[in-house]
Amino acid sequence: MAKTSTILDHVEAINWNRLQDEKDVEVWNRLVNNFWLPEKVPLSNDVQSWSTLTEQEKTLTMRVFTGLTLLDTIQGTVGAVALIPHALTQHEEAVYTNISFMESVHAKSYSSIFSTLCSTQEIDDAFRWSRENENLQRKAQIVMDYYHGDDGLKKRVASTILESFLFYSGFYLPMHWSSHAKLTNTADIIRLIIRDEAVHGYYIGYKYQRALEQETPERRQELKDYTFELLFELYENEVQYTHDLYDGVGLSEDVKKFLHYNANKALMNLGYEAMFPKDVTDVNPAILSALSPNADENHDFFSGSGSSYVIGKAVETEDEDWDF
Amino acid sequence: METAQAPLGSDVARDRHTRSPGEETTARLIYFSSASNNTHRFVLKLGLPDEEAARLPLRTKDETLRATEPFVLVLPTYGAAGGRGSVPKQVIRFLNVESNRALLRGVIGAGNTNFFDSYCIAGDIVARKCGVPHLYRFELMGTAEDVSVVQKGLEEFWTQQ
Repeated sequence: MAKTSTILDHVEAINWNRLQDEKDVEVWNRLVNNFWLPEKVPLSNDVQSWSTLTEQEKTLTMRVFTGLTLLDTIQGTVGAVALIPHALTQHEEAVYTNISFMESVHAKSYSSIFSTLCSTQEIDDAFRWSRENENLQRKAQIVMDYYHGDDGLKKRVASTILESFLFYSGFYLPMHWSSHAKLTNTADIIRLIIRDEAVHGYYIGYKYQRALEQETPERRQELKDYTFELLFELYENEVQYTHDLYDGVGLSEDVKKFLHYNANKALMNLGYEAMFPKDVTDVNPAILSALSPNADENHDFFSGSGSSYVIGKAVETEDEDWDF
Repeated sequence: METAQAPLGSDVARDRHTRSPGEETTARLIYFSSASNNTHRFVLKLGLPDEEAARLPLRTKDETLRATEPFVLVLPTYGAAGGRGSVPKQVIRFLNVESNRALLRGVIGAGNTNFFDSYCIAGDIVARKCGVPHLYRFELMGTAEDVSVVQKGLEEFWTQQ
């Protein structure tokens, strides 16, 4: 497969009955099963809730969503497509077309939210802000530069970091509103997007690791150094962007913990160890619980406060029970 | 940062804890990890001797392992919303062997909080069906903190058995 051109020179008919990597069909099926459209979510139920936000909170929310729209547009139109010439299998190429389309669905869903909650003038103002905000534009530019390069591994790194890290300064806000029982239908849409981005980050990170296996130890080290440098560059920019958005409502420090937590997950998707230590990744429990109601650590046996373990007795089960 | 990064490049780490299909195992920790190796990396970080952890066969058509000692199962969550198809097929195959089920003492779930209420749901499903505790949850390949909690937790858990 062509490694340097931005579009394939030659294509063979794809045969899904001959797989080189089972992960391709597994992820394809998962993405297809997760397919959704914003029209299915009753956004209009948030109109009442929207009216309870202050003007400042409304402006913040719209700016956050235009920023997310920009990232989804990049990923749909450039990011996922740019990975196609570097795919290891034809099935991987097909998965990127799925990812690309879904990113366009995400981008469009923010417009559904806007048209339900805001006036045309407000929408235009928010999009203008996103065009003029330096830190948002810089974040887009850094990623776009790598997408235009010809290093397939570096593109995968940039893409995984976008999917697993760059969105989260924005995703924080709808989780925050949801934890205050506000804009809960909007939060439902964002959770669907968050779920998709997890599969995208997982898959692109996995393919990065597979491609890495074919590289020399020196090149692997170069790519590891590159990954941490890029993450750090984007992190510093992300901190500035977070202050631009959230200082006015006093949430910047809380958002930063969410950034650290997700930066660690981006690294793990690429096969690297988490970088940020526990004391800066302690995400506000209300945010974590809006993200995942099962994430509460009291769920866990090992996290119990020193009480002795209750040992379950193995219960007799019938084989018929095992139809999961 | 020790074991988990380079290791997948080396054959030793890749094959560590691998068992032949159909093999009997005395391992106290049995786990499934797909080709992504996330759960495998987590288990590597626990630093167990090779015989104390056993990885279930990757391919569904391979014969599953046979446990001969009480064990804890580590499994990632797959699949879509609502929990359907969340338990990996290789784990179902393993637990469909009644003698394996009888020796299961607890589960540890791996997942991603991005999946809302499906986070680590495969661990919940198995724990509920088998009447054993869901001992711990971690994300992706686990952090240093996860590793130390599980090392300590398992040690205490087995002392109390």
